[in-house]
Order: sequence, then structure tokens, then C-alpha cells
Amino acid sequence: MIPAPDIDLVSLAPVLTLSAFSIAVLIWDLFIGKDKTQLIYISLLGLFLTAVCAFAKSDLPAYSFTNTYIVDNLSVFCVIIFTISSALAILLSVNYNPDKGIEIGEYYSLILFCTVGMIVLASAVDLILIFLGIEVVSISLYVLAGIRRDDLKSNEAALKYFLLGAFASGFLLYGMSLIYGFTGTTNLKGIMTAISAMDGTDNSFLILGCILFIVGFGFKVAAAPFHMWSPDVYQGAPTPITAFMAVGPKVASLVALFRVFHTGVGGMDGSWEMPLAVIAIASMTLGNLGAIVQTNIKRLLAYSSISHVGYILLAVIAKNSLASSSLLFYMLTYAFMIFGVFGIIIILGKKGDENLEIEGYCGLSTKYPLLALAMAMFMLSLGGLPPLAGFVAKFYIFSAVLKEGHTILVTIAVLNSVVSFYYYLKIIVNMYFKDPNQEFQPNFQPLTLLVVVIGIVAILDLGIFPGPVISLAENASLF
Amino acid sequence: MFLTFVTFLPLLGAIGIAFLPEEDENLVKKTALGVALADFLLSLAFYFNFDLTTPNMQFELSAVWIENWGVNFHVGLDGISLLLYIMTTFLTAICIISVWTVKKRIKEYMMALLVLSTGMLGVFVALDLFMFYVFWELQLVPMYLIIGIWGGARRLYASIKFFLYTAFGSLLMLVAIIWMYQLHADQTGIYTSDLMTITNNIDIPFGPQKWLFIAFFLAFAIKVPMFPFHTWLPDAHVEAPTAGSVILAGVLLKMGTYGFLRFNLPLFPYACNEFMPYVGWLAVVGIVYGAFVSMVQEDLKKLVAYSSVSHMGFVMLGIFAFNHYGIQGALVQNLNHGISTSALFLLVGVIYDRRHTRMIKEFGGITNVMPKYAIIFMIVALSSIGLPGMNGFIGEFLILLGIFQADAFMAGVATTGVIFAACYILWMFQRVMFLKSNSPENAKLTDLDFREYAMLLPLVVLIFWIGLYPKPFMKTFDASVTHLISKVDPSNFKPKTHTEHADSAPAGKTEHKSGKTEHKKESHSSAH
Repeated sequence: MIPAPDIDLVSLAPVLTLSAFSIAVLIWDLFIGKDKTQLIYISLLGLFLTAVCAFAKSDLPAYSFTNTYIVDNLSVFCVIIFTISSALAILLSVNYNPDKGIEIGEYYSLILFCTVGMIVLASAVDLILIFLGIEVVSISLYVLAGIRRDDLKSNEAALKYFLLGAFASGFLLYGMSLIYGFTGTTNLKGIMTAISAMDGTDNSFLILGCILFIVGFGFKVAAAPFHMWSPDVYQGAPTPITAFMAVGPKVASLVALFRVFHTGVGGMDGSWEMPLAVIAIASMTLGNLGAIVQTNIKRLLAYSSISHVGYILLAVIAKNSLASSSLLFYMLTYAFMIFGVFGIIIILGKKGDENLEIEGYCGLSTKYPLLALAMAMFMLSLGGLPPLAGFVAKFYIFSAVLKEGHTILVTIAVLNSVVSFYYYLKIIVNMYFKDPNQEFQPNFQPLTLLVVVIGIVAILDLGIFPGPVISLAENASLF
Repeated sequence: MFLTFVTFLPLLGAIGIAFLPEEDENLVKKTALGVALADFLLSLAFYFNFDLTTPNMQFELSAVWIENWGVNFHVGLDGISLLLYIMTTFLTAICIISVWTVKKRIKEYMMALLVLSTGMLGVFVALDLFMFYVFWELQLVPMYLIIGIWGGARRLYASIKFFLYTAFGSLLMLVAIIWMYQLHADQTGIYTSDLMTITNNIDIPFGPQKWLFIAFFLAFAIKVPMFPFHTWLPDAHVEAPTAGSVILAGVLLKMGTYGFLRFNLPLFPYACNEFMPYVGWLAVVGIVYGAFVSMVQEDLKKLVAYSSVSHMGFVMLGIFAFNHYGIQGALVQNLNHGISTSALFLLVGVIYDRRHTRMIKEFGGITNVMPKYAIIFMIVALSSIGLPGMNGFIGEFLILLGIFQADAFMAGVATTGVIFAACYILWMFQRVMFLKSNSPENAKLTDLDFREYAMLLPLVVLIFWIGLYPKPFMKTFDASVTHLISKVDPSNFKPKTHTEHADSAPAGKTEHKSGKTEHKKESHSSAH
């Protein structure tokens, strides 16, 4: 008799709630016509309830599914980040979708399912569950990227993403199987004990497994040198999905990576720090250099995303308590910044042509000064200028890494920040210093504007009064 | 609390102006001027309530900002920052008068100037490392916008170069700040970025001290600017609008020297003494090179820009003399440069407004058509050279006296800079003001109007006041300078032999107890 698995339903409350709502969206879609507003309400309600359920379990850390699923402060914080980012993505989609002819209810269901996958990924302490989470997230995103069936770029994005993503999942699985083969278990804690027990034996398979694991994860978070897919996919996918992709899955994957390397294979003699450092430096540098020459703003933000992943990987390398809290803080600020920027991009889009060229922003400050000011603030925050949130986040990560003594890494990161200012400033230059070269027709849809306002308020608040959120992040620390 | 209010008043003014209608230009301009003048008058209150006897921070406020990191909102003024603070509010008001006739987007211009003012004031009063860095970076954006929107033909290139160059130095300083923060936490167990606490409690070993010095040095040397980090300055100054140049030269450059006095000298005394010859010679090169390059300039504004490099070289030389004369001279010269060079830029702006050219060869014989302008120009030019009776002499004399006591040869070479300054200024003056007019346009020029008098005369008054009776200004420096020297005194902090710096009151120094301080000509007991 196979013993019944130890499932603790209360711990799984967020996942269950959200899955239920996602299925409800699917079913409700059968009964309504083209107007999807009811689905939106259901989705937002579902996300809100999920966020509430995240706190359902007291007495943390709690395990579920036979010690494969953890509920600790880190995962609760992540659930909040995911629900916020999914809600913002849905708010952005409300007006974007009818404009672009995306009128299927599955869109919202997929976003919710993707969020479920992200929650699972951030709460997984077992390799199999990590893989499950990654696949749920990835498959939802493949479909979402290509949801505009009549748009060539969207199809291209989906196909590229799918092929490379499937390939990457293969790498990931192979790496996981090697680690399993070496340690005999897929549970992260079990792996840690197994590694320390087998200290001294030939662990080349373990190292190979870890390398393949890093390769697979590198694809998923679009870290260099596995980043080639992301500019094309970001450019082709519908803009709210681009924003969604830039935030949620990255957070989830990086948290999973953090767990694996600090509570899983962390028992190894730190020989994985070097490859991660190399990837981090490559991401920062290639991301920034790639962004400098871009003329399409979605591609520019894709490359800047790559460089931000580089900064966050630095936090993964550092092993102290500041590291995981700085990672969470950075991702939270990053979420608000990205959704705000994409909100402005959607506002400035026109019917038919989305107006995505950077040259199209020339002279915005003379016609719509507040919009230009908001864009300027987001750009400066992404670059990391005080007193905005981006600076506090970078300061936090640099503190964490310097505490471990990696001065050279921080110096490289800092120099990359200078480089990144160049392309963020390019947009500000266009908006403020040049004269308009086209007729702006911004559509100030209320919900999209709401996302922008939320973004501005967030980066100002997190930049000037970051104290409360820092406390929360510290509570959620893994150490 | 009052200090915080005066510091943030320009920002509040800028936010208030944002709500005014753009069409009502007069209201916008009057509000901005009102805010700036009010700020200046309020800042004078600090001067009159200043305690001259203590080197400690005054008008302090310390409020918890980010508790988890030990970051506080800590502000305060001491002798080093007091007059710089007042000069900032003063120059802001003068700048606002100088942009009165600008037509293009005047509302944003006023807002940018006021926001910049708060940023600069914040830098001078910040006593917490994190807070200092925030304000240091904060003033980049309005300056960048001012150059980029209202500047000259190559303004895009100049503004981006300015931003990236300065950001590069600042970000390296950020790494140093975080490193020191961690070191202090390791040594004392307390996580704080408060400057005073760290200065008093930290003990940085010699090796890291050198690297930290270099990181901070880069950030401030780019700002000052010192040779060879000065290449952003000519572009930024030439392409910036008049008000931008005035603020850039008058205040932003002083932030670099202030940074040296507030951070490098107290925190890294061993590294300071170790690097003193290099920094000193770099400053001398700046003086002489700046002077030579000024001489061959054809563009009036570029000439003044390079003269800035030369003058700031003097200030740096004074600081790195590490004695009473030197640092006092440097502080006075800070003020002088702020006044004289700002006046020079304003004068160049006056003639540019009329002729829309800055090329020297376009002028000639201006004295005939604009005699009063010529008089004021002469006064400012002579003050820039350092003629006795005017402010420049006080500063340069003290600096040279100070550096002579430290390294006589350096002083000798630096003194030649004074002669070269006379060369390029007088030659420029002759070509512009005297001689034959090179262009028929010059005959139609009108002399100064009321607004231009209003912005130039206060500077002229200050030129003579500091030159003839500098005591009201210099007495504020004494206590702080003495305290600063005790922290970096070469006889106590010999490089290479890292001994305890236990005796913070070296032998032979007298504390200035009462307000009745010595004039520069009396003999202080100095470090040598």
C-alpha cells in the first residue's frame, strides 16, 4: 500500500484558490460573449483572495506534499509579489486586448495558471516540484506570447520561446536527474545532507548536474549567454504579456535558484560561485551593451531586463541574510517600475501601429509634460538614481554582495550602472531635448493610467521611505 | 528643523510653481524670485546665530530614516559648510534674476533651478553618508536638464557627457561608502551610515584606506574638476545657458572641494598624507595647464571655463597643504571663485544676449559703447587675477603661504599660475574691451539695464568686501579648520608607519576660544 502523501491543504490555500478561480474563468467564458469584463472581475477577485490566503498558514515554516512544498516568509512575500504583478498585468490588458483583437477568455485563465506555476516555483523545495512549476509557467507563457494569432511577430515570438524553452527544460531535467543520481533524493534538504555526507567522493556528476541546471535556469530567466531569445520574444508578445514576462517568471525562477543553491547544493565547496558570477557579469555587460544600440523600446527594455537579472544574480551569489531580502526588495521595485513603464508605452500606443520606436518619444515633454515626467522617473529609477526606488534596491544588493567581500563584482556592477544610464537617458533626451516629430495620440484609459500611477507612487515611496518594506523583506529572508 | 525647512524651501517653491498657469509668466517669475530671496534671507539667520567657538555641527537635526540600515536624516552646518550654504542661496537668487528674460519654457527653467538649489543645499548639510549620496546624485538631473533644454548647439553631447562622467565617479564613491559602512559595522557592531559616528569610531587599515581615498578622490576630483578629469567642464560650461554656467561654476564645483574637506581629510588621514605629493602636483598641473589653455581660447566662455580649472587647482592646493593657512585660503578661495567666476559668466552672458556670439575676435572696443559694463568687467577680471584689494588676493595669498610651508617648490610653480592668470585675463580684456572694434555690430550695443545691474552689483560689492575686510567671512572658518587639521596633521599621521592617532590635539595648537579671532596676517600656530 502506498502511504497517502502528507498533504496540508491549508498551506496549499493560495495555489488551490487561484487554480479554482482560473478554472472558473474558463468555465464562465463559455457563458459570456465578446465582452470579457466579468472575467476580469473574477480574475482580480481570485488574485485578491489568493493574496489573503497566503497568510492562511500560521506557524511557519510549514511543509506540504511530503516536504516538497514549503510555506515560509519568503514564499509568502513572493505570493504577494506575484499577485500584485498579475493584477497589474490584467489591468494593463483590459484596454489593450480589445484594441488589438485579443478577445478570448483563455487569456485571463492562462495568466492565472501562470501565477499558480510561479507560486509553486517559489515554494518548491524539491527538484520535481521545481520542474513542475517551471513547466506550468513556461507553457502558459508560450501560449500567451503567441496569443495574437494574426500578428506575425507574435507567432514568431511564441515559436522561438517554445523551441528554446523546451530545449532549456531538457537541460534542466537532465541536470536534475544527474543531481538525483548522485544524491539519491530530489528533496533539497535531502540533497544537502547527502552532499555533506559524501564529502570527498568524486562529485563530478554533481558538478555536471549543477552546470546543466544553471544552463536550464539561465535560459528561463534570460541571463547571458542564454539570453538571445528574450529581445525577440519581448518585442513580439503583446505588451502587457511582455511586462508580465519581465517580472513574475523571473522572480519565481530566481527564488527557486536561490533555494537550490543555498539550501540544496549549498553544501558543496562553493565551486558554483564562479560560474554564477561569470553569468552575472556577462548578463550585466551584454544586457547593457545590447540596450545601447536599440531603437525599439520593447527590445531596449528586454536588454535592460537581462542586465537587471545580472544584478540580481549577484544577490544569489552572496550568501548572507541581506542577500535574499535584497533580492526580494529589488524584485518588488522592479515589478512596479516595469509595469509603470509598459503602462506608459501602452498609453502612447496608437490604433494599428503601436508606436514603439524611441524616436517616437521626441518632444513628449512639451505636449504631455506629466506623462514625460512619469516616463523620466521610471527611466531614472531603472538606472538607479536616488531618491527613487531603483537606487535603494541597488544599494541593498551592493551592500549584500560587499558584505561577502566581493568588491570587484560590485565595482563591475557599478560601472555597468553608469553604462545603463546612457540608454535610459537617451529616452529622456528624446522626450525633453528634442522637438516632436509626430502627432501624439495617447489614449488615457483609466485602468492603464492607474497602473502608471501605482508605479510612480510605489517608486517614490520605496525610494524615500523604504523602511517598512525593508523590514518585511528582512523577515522573509532565508537565513 | 529650521535648517531642513530652509534646505527644502526651494523644492517646495518648485512644486508650488508647477501648479501655476504656464501663460502667466510674470507670476511664475515673481514667485520663483520670491522663494529664492526668501531662502537667502532665511539662510542669513544661520550666519547670525552661528557659534564661532566650536567646531561641532550646529543647527543639527537627526531623524531616523531607514531604521534597518541605521540610515538617518542627519543635517547640520559647521564652519566649512556655513558660507558655502549661504553662497548657494545667494547665487540661486542671482541666477533667477539672470534668466528673467528667457522666453523658452520659463516655468520649467525656474522649477529646475529651484530643485537644483535644494539638491545643492542638501549636499552641504548632509551628515549621513547615504543621505549625502542621495543629494549628490539628485543634483545631477536638474543640471542635466538645464544644459540639455536651454543650452547651446552641442548641448546634447555636453549634457550626457556631464551626467555620465559625474555618475561614474559618484558610483565608485558609492562602493566606497558601502564598504566603509560594512567596516564600521564589523568593527563596532553598530550599523549606521552617520558620518560623524563613523568618523569618530572607525579605524581603517592603511591598505584599504588608500583604495577608499582613491574612490572618493575620483568622485570629487571629477567634480572640482582636477586635471585630468576636467574634460567635461569646457563642454558643459560652453553649452550651458548662462544661469547653468553660473550655478555650475559657482556651486557645483565647490561641492567637489567640500567633499574633500568633509570626507577625504577626516576619514583617511594616512592616505591623505601618503598621496599629498601626487594630488598637490596634479593641482599644480591643473593651475598651469588651465592657465595655458585659457590663453589660447577664442571663445570667451571656454576661456572662463578653463580659468575655472586653474582657480580650482589653487583651492585643491590649499586643501592639501594640510595647514591652517592653506585650508583657510582654500575656503576663502572657494567663496571667491564662486563670486568672481559667476560674475564673469554673467558678464559673458550679458554680451552674448546682445551679440549672440562669444568669439573674442567679434568684439573689440566695447568700452566705447558700454562703459559701465566695462568697469564692472574690469573689476571682476582683476578680482579673478588676484589683485590686492579684491577677494582673489586674500584667497590666493593664503593658499600660497600654506603650500609654501608644506612644499616650497610646489608653491613656486603654483605662483607662476598667478602670473599666467594675469596674462590670459588681461589679454582677453584688451581684445574685447579696448583696441579697435572688429565688427560694426558692436556700435549698436546698449549698456547694462536695471536687471543686469541687479545681478552684478551684489557680486561686485562682495568682491570688495571680502577683499578689504574679510574678517566677517573668515572668522566662521577658524574653529572648524583647526579641528580639521587636527584630524589630518602631517606630523601626526605619518604615512607608512601606521601608529595610533591617539593624540587628537597635537602640541603647539591653540584653540580659538572667543569670537575675536586673529586676522590672516597674525601668526597662527600652524602645523609646521
